[in-house]
Amino acid sequence: MTPSVGWLTLLEKELLRFWKVSFQTIAAPVLTALLYLLIFSHVLESRVSVFGGQVRYTAFLVPGLVMMSVLQNAFANASSSLIQSKITGNLIFVLLPPLSPLDMYAAYVLGAMVRGLVVGLGVFLVTLLIAPGELHLAHPAIALAFAVLGSAILGTLGVIAGIWADKFDELAAFQNFLIMPLTFLSGVFYSIHTLPPFWQAMSHFNPFFYMIDGFRYGFFGLSDISPGISLGLVAVAAVVLAAIALAMLARGYKLRH
Amino acid sequence: MNATPSSVPAVEVAGVAKRFGDVQALCEVDLRVEAGEFFGLLGPNGAGKTTLISILAGLARPDRGTAFILGHDVATDYRAARRALGVVPQELVFDPFFTVRETLRIQSGYFGLRRNDAWIDELLHHLDLTKKADANMRSLSGGMKRRVLVGQALVHKPPVIVLDEPTAGVDVELRQSLWAFIRKLNRDGHTIILTTHYLEEAEALCNRIAMMKGGRVIALDTTKRLLARFAGIIAHVSAERLPAEWTSRVRRRDGQIFYLALDDYAQLEALLASFRRDGIEVEELTIAATDLEQVFLRIMAGSGTSDETRVPALEVPES
Repeated sequence: MTPSVGWLTLLEKELLRFWKVSFQTIAAPVLTALLYLLIFSHVLESRVSVFGGQVRYTAFLVPGLVMMSVLQNAFANASSSLIQSKITGNLIFVLLPPLSPLDMYAAYVLGAMVRGLVVGLGVFLVTLLIAPGELHLAHPAIALAFAVLGSAILGTLGVIAGIWADKFDELAAFQNFLIMPLTFLSGVFYSIHTLPPFWQAMSHFNPFFYMIDGFRYGFFGLSDISPGISLGLVAVAAVVLAAIALAMLARGYKLRH
Repeated sequence: MNATPSSVPAVEVAGVAKRFGDVQALCEVDLRVEAGEFFGLLGPNGAGKTTLISILAGLARPDRGTAFILGHDVATDYRAARRALGVVPQELVFDPFFTVRETLRIQSGYFGLRRNDAWIDELLHHLDLTKKADANMRSLSGGMKRRVLVGQALVHKPPVIVLDEPTAGVDVELRQSLWAFIRKLNRDGHTIILTTHYLEEAEALCNRIAMMKGGRVIALDTTKRLLARFAGIIAHVSAERLPAEWTSRVRRRDGQIFYLALDDYAQLEALLASFRRDGIEVEELTIAATDLEQVFLRIMAGSGTSDETRVPALEVPES
C-alpha cells in the first residue's frame, strides 16, 4: 500500500467528477464569460477609457473575465463536491480510509484549481477567437502565478465553505453574499481609478482585487497597484486560508463528530 | 484473502464515553473482540452500537477512553487502524457520478491500492455484481447498492470487518449469499463484527454477543452461554385450571391458556402427572424453546442495570 496513492486517487475522483458533467462545469461557465464579453464590450468599448487609453476596453475586460472564471469555478468545484458528499452521506467513503487532513486538503484544492484553470483557459481561448489581436501576454509567468494562487485561494475557500455549510442554502449564501460581490467588485469590469476616492479606498480591502489586478498586469504590464505587493498579499492570503482549512480538517470540524 | 488470527485483539475498547448534546450515547464502554471471532453487537435503536462503530472507524471521537484496532490506536495511529478496518455503513449511500467498478477502484485507491482489479473482479463475482460492473450506481436497486457497500468495505482486504445492519431491507436470497460470503471470510481468519435487528441471524452466525442498552454493554458472553443462561422452555397449556404446585410458574394467562416457565423438557412429565392426579383435562399443550430473541427481550427488560446476572421476569411471546 502506497500512502501517496490515497490522495492522488481522491484528486482523480475530483477530476472525474467534474469531467463527467463537463457541459455544466466547463462549457457553461465559458459561455457565460463569453456573453459578458460580448455585451460589455459592445456597450462600453467606446465609453470607457482604461489605463489612460493605453488599453482598449475589450482587451482590458478579457483578463478580468478569465480570472473571474478561474476564481468562481475553483470555489464551486471544492464547495459543491464537499456539500454534495456531506448531504448524500457518501463523504463516509473519504472519511473511512487512512487519508490525512493534508491528503484531503491537497486533493480537494488541486481538483478545484484544475477546474478553475481549465475554465479560465477555455475563456481565454474563446476570447482569442472572438477578439483576435486584442491581447498579448507581457508577463506570462506573472499571469500564471496569479491564476495558480487565485485558484488555490478560492479552492481553499470552497473547502472551508463546503465543510462549514450544512445545507445547500448555507453554501448558496456563502457564494451569493460573499464570493459573488467580492468578485464583481474587484475590478473585473473596470479599473478602480475610474471609481470615486471612497470606493477606490474600499477596493483595497477586497482581496479579489489584488488577484485580478495582478493577473491583468501579466497581460498588459500595467496595473492599478504594484504587482509585487499584490503577489505578496495573495500569497499570504493563500497560506492563511490553507492553515484555516487544514485546522478544520484536522479537528474534523462538522465531519467527524 | 487470508487474515491470520493473532494474540492481539481485533478490537479493544476501554472506558469509552461519548455524549451528543443532552444524550449520553456511550457510558464507559469496555469491549474486547478477539481476532478471528464472529462477534454480534445487539441492542435496540439508540443503544449506542453505531456510535461505538463510528468511534472504531474514526467517524466520531470519544470524549473519554481509548479504542484500538489490531493494537493500533484509532486516534493516534489512525492510518494503520483504518487500514485494518472495513466498515459497511448502515445508511444506503453511494456516489452517483460513478459506475460500480469505478466506485470500487476509487475506494481501493483511497487505501493506497492501485491495480487491484483481480480482487475487485473476485468481489464482483462473490457479490453477484459482475453484470453490473459498468452500470452507474444510480441505476442499481437497493439490494445491489447494499452489495456495492459490502464490496467497498472489503476492497482493501481488511482483517477486521464491521457490518452495521448489512441486511436491512435486503431480500432473502441476497441475505443467504451474503452470509455465505461473510462466513467464508470469517473462516479465512477475518474478524467479523455484526450489528443486526435480525436476531436469528446473530444466533446462527455469531460465536459471541454483546448486548447494549442506553450506551452500556449489559450482557457479553458466548452465544451458547447466553442461550444457556436463560435456558428453559415455555409450555402453553390450555386447561380449566392449574394444579396448585404449578401456579408459581405462570408467567402469563390468556383466558384458559396458561404460559408456564419450565426448567427443561423433563419437567413436562411431572406437569402432566399433576394434571392427571387432579383429574384436570389438558385440552392443548404446545412448547417453545428459548431463542436469542427471548434472551434479548429478557436482558433488555432489565433496563437501567449493568448487572448481567440479574434475570428479569420472563417475556412470553405471543402465540
